[in-house]
Amino acid sequence: MSMPYYVAPEQVMKDRAEYAQKGIARGRSLIASVYGDGILLVAENPSHTLHKISEIYDRVAFAGVGKYNEYDQLRVAGVRHADTKGFTYSREDVDARSLANLYAQYLGNVFTHEMKPLEVEILVAELGSGSRPTQLFHVAYEGTITDEDDFAVLGGEAEPIREQFAASFAPGWTLTEALGAAAEALAGPERTLGAADLEAAVLTDGNGRRTFRRLDDDELGSLLSN
Amino acid sequence: MALPLFDPREDPGPSFTALLAREGVGEMTTSRDHGVTVAHGTTVLALRYADGVVMAGDRRATEGHAIAHRAMEKVFAADRYSAVAIAGSAGMAVEMVRLFQVQLEHYEKVEGVTLSLEGKANQLAQMVRAHLPMAMQGFVVVPLFCGYDLARGTGRIFTYDAAGGHYEETDFQATGSGGRDARGTIKLGYRDDLSRDEAVELAVLALYEAADADSATGGPDLVRGIYPIVATVTDTGYERLGDDEVAERFGATIERRRERHGDAGGSLR
Repeated sequence: MSMPYYVAPEQVMKDRAEYAQKGIARGRSLIASVYGDGILLVAENPSHTLHKISEIYDRVAFAGVGKYNEYDQLRVAGVRHADTKGFTYSREDVDARSLANLYAQYLGNVFTHEMKPLEVEILVAELGSGSRPTQLFHVAYEGTITDEDDFAVLGGEAEPIREQFAASFAPGWTLTEALGAAAEALAGPERTLGAADLEAAVLTDGNGRRTFRRLDDDELGSLLSN
Repeated sequence: MALPLFDPREDPGPSFTALLAREGVGEMTTSRDHGVTVAHGTTVLALRYADGVVMAGDRRATEGHAIAHRAMEKVFAADRYSAVAIAGSAGMAVEMVRLFQVQLEHYEKVEGVTLSLEGKANQLAQMVRAHLPMAMQGFVVVPLFCGYDLARGTGRIFTYDAAGGHYEETDFQATGSGGRDARGTIKLGYRDDLSRDEAVELAVLALYEAADADSATGGPDLVRGIYPIVATVTDTGYERLGDDEVAERFGATIERRRERHGDAGGSLR
């Protein structure tokens, strides 16, 4: 009888992490930033139909980077969770924190127990109201969850982008300023990104119950040219 | 609550009701008690005009001969471009509307596009049909659905029967116990090129006549300042008229009728 080779758990985890990181690094990055009137989410995404940024609930948005089918499955699960919760209890009982926790548990579980970890990084953003603060929850492929007050950067190339974006970040800045800085940080030193290369959406009050709104190419173009 | 993830073969798709069934949440239980009195909602109506649809409904709910609620809302935005109004067993009707609203929004979020107006009307029909066992026990819910069809550039109205049959109306419809009186009034005043003002005026008049002839339909409550709900659905979406405007229109009608000692005085006003 042949015995399976012994592989140290450290090695297994390291291999899995490497695998997931490589998968995530193949895709483009994403920035979420709090600005004066709400939250801006910007991703480099040449596709106009396969979204990285989506609406989950009245004041909650989802963003994912990495493998599309994997984060889209998580997005749909998020919509289902939020709608079921809001229908069973009340619309105001739906919050980003509990959803981000569920995502973290699921990603952590898959990372430890399944053959293949999910090659995704996701973000759950909630626009604050009343006693609830505006928050960004960043969940990594292995289930690590971090909450950010100002901005979050997701993706394989996150470090240089984060550094550049952090240098220009100013609390309470306008949508135009935030979008310009995000487009510049995502592009890096050698490229420029136009409206067609970007996908952007905001969570902002003033448009009724549902605060999520996509910025179309025309609006993006005019905001970027300012 | 766990994260609702499904095997692709068992995925409920963009249907919220299918999701609820899978999760076992919110299933309606049937009552075997035939002796209960439940609140009933009464007159609701919709009529097409040049820019879209006007929908209106009174505010009264009754339990037998008693008035159960004076400020009940029976006209709701189903989503941005459609509205639903309810007549019948009030509690269940309101619950059905709540489910319908979530169903439309759920589809839109999961699929990334909105349902067509026809698709929304079909969805509501399925809900009414699913409600049939309750309707057989006396808890009938009869919605009225209307919306602005962005593809066709016109307002459209759909009516339902208790069994879930749904029919598209060409111009106008009214349901509930005062529906007949409301319909008669609209029929006399209707043209297919009504302006918004004329259409709202006609809707207000129809509700006035319904309340005048039907004891279960509430008229304008001048003492408490409770007025029927009137809303429009056009290419800019659902918009509920302010209470001030509705109050002003009812006030004018009442003033005219007072001068004529109650009758319309030979004109449809």
